[in-house]
Amino acid sequence: MSTANGQDLDALYQEIILDHYKNPHGKGLRGDADAAGTAEVHHVNPTCGDEVTLRVHLADGVVDDVSYDAVGCSISQASASVLHDLVVGKGVDEAMAIHQEFLTLMQGKGAIEPDEEVLEDGIAFAGVARFPARVKCALLSWMAWKDATARVTGAATGEGDKA
Amino acid sequence: MTLEGLLPELAVIRKDFPILERTLAGGLPLVYLDSANTSQKPQVVIDTMVDHLERHNANIARAMHQLGAESTEAFEAARDKVAAFIGAPERDEVIFTKNASEALNLVANTLAWPGDRQVGPGDEVVITEMEHHSNIVPWQLLTQRTGATLRWFGLTDDGQLDLSAIDELITERTKVVSLTWVSNMLGTINPIAEITRKAHAVGALVVVDASQAAPQLPIDLAAMPAEERPDLLAFTGHKVVGPTGIGVLWGSRAVLDVLPPFLGGGEMIETVRMDVSTYAGIPHKFEAGTPPIVEAVGLGAAVDYLGHVGMEAIHRHEQAITAYALEGLQSVKGLTVLGPLDATRRGGAISFEVEGVHPHDIAQVLDSRGVAVRAGHHCAKPAHARFGVQSSTRMSSYLYTEPREIDALVEALEYTRSYFKLD
Repeated sequence: MSTANGQDLDALYQEIILDHYKNPHGKGLRGDADAAGTAEVHHVNPTCGDEVTLRVHLADGVVDDVSYDAVGCSISQASASVLHDLVVGKGVDEAMAIHQEFLTLMQGKGAIEPDEEVLEDGIAFAGVARFPARVKCALLSWMAWKDATARVTGAATGEGDKA
Repeated sequence: MTLEGLLPELAVIRKDFPILERTLAGGLPLVYLDSANTSQKPQVVIDTMVDHLERHNANIARAMHQLGAESTEAFEAARDKVAAFIGAPERDEVIFTKNASEALNLVANTLAWPGDRQVGPGDEVVITEMEHHSNIVPWQLLTQRTGATLRWFGLTDDGQLDLSAIDELITERTKVVSLTWVSNMLGTINPIAEITRKAHAVGALVVVDASQAAPQLPIDLAAMPAEERPDLLAFTGHKVVGPTGIGVLWGSRAVLDVLPPFLGGGEMIETVRMDVSTYAGIPHKFEAGTPPIVEAVGLGAAVDYLGHVGMEAIHRHEQAITAYALEGLQSVKGLTVLGPLDATRRGGAISFEVEGVHPHDIAQVLDSRGVAVRAGHHCAKPAHARFGVQSSTRMSSYLYTEPREIDALVEALEYTRSYFKLD
């Protein structure tokens, strides 16, 4: 549960997360939102007001770039940075599988052992799953990425633009 | 430590609130600084509600048996207690709702429908930029539905209402002015009397959101000069040491009598035929269906409790704690308080930013030290946007707050800065 003592706090704020927060990878919007193979979405977390504008560019079935502007807490910012690292350069199907792996980890209430082969720095978020109030922070950019990617591939997720 | 203005029997008052004795993970004592979100409950409120459920439970006003009579009496006695708490000119002017949001929505909805006070195209509704979303969205809905125009007071840099344009804002087109008495984000206390006088001079209704005022300020509606007395006033039970699920709309009889009914159903009728119905008088006209009975009874006990402690004394206590907190908070490097810095001109909710740490992360670290605060937009996104911030951290005290809890907050904020390695 989310009752945190000092030890839990360190489980939440892993060094990897704080590093990504201080030096986010891939931050800033790039390219043209209207270009072919590109979609841009704006997602918010209505509870806390965290926001992300995220742009996906796909080329030949590969995630060519994920660029974003975001305001929010360390967890949401670090998570966007890790997302960028994990999906850029991957085939869309593989990237979706990574997305599913991360989603499963975050919804696992802290009971799931993450696979470092797949999630790399993303394993640092295993501790976040034990703080129900923070899971949405970690998933904000990931859900935005899925939504934007579906818009490009034409497979609507049904979640729409939450702006 | 002792501060001038603290409640003299603070230790005794704290004993009235059983939750203050519990500990959190790691055996840490609870430092509850989220009372503007919801207040804690004294034993007398808990016991009164349990007693009602154990011994007097029945539906009200329709059960022809002893329990029904007892339950009805308890429910109506709660109305008397609430009326006394706010100095209502008449006890029947007190309407029980689910919460303050429902009370405000009741007014905004019934003003859309045909009646003496109906709002229509060309009319204007005036609110302010510091409102809680519950006092913004209902008026957006009203003006969108009726073709009226929504206007608002802006804010000055120090978090006050910008009254410089009051004569352009409140005009003969103004039908409603709705504003908060005390801001839930900035803590600002607004000049209700001055604005009400202006609004009444042009024949506008004045609606006051007293959700943050009722817990902290003595309210005596009957003692206000008629031209300065709002027409309608809303607050919620759970912020005045009462339970959730119960709110209050007070309105002057003259206004409530001409507003059409809101929800239709049991208790709000006089008689019902298949083609048409006639309606009960106030307060029942606005209380369709079985109301939150035990919650109303609990609220009665709550305002009775506050009355015994004394709202003047509670207000002094809040000011003393708020002044102490403002001083302590400003000793934290990189911390900026949003809103007025003079404790005598503000309420007990203090929102702040710490450079380099997001409010969520602050609240998380504070929670690990047992300090409960709120982080986010506090349902006041426009007010945050006005000050160029997306969210903030908010501490809020109440009659049970001790100076050492402020010390714990300041200490936990220093720890937060070191945890996130800010120089």
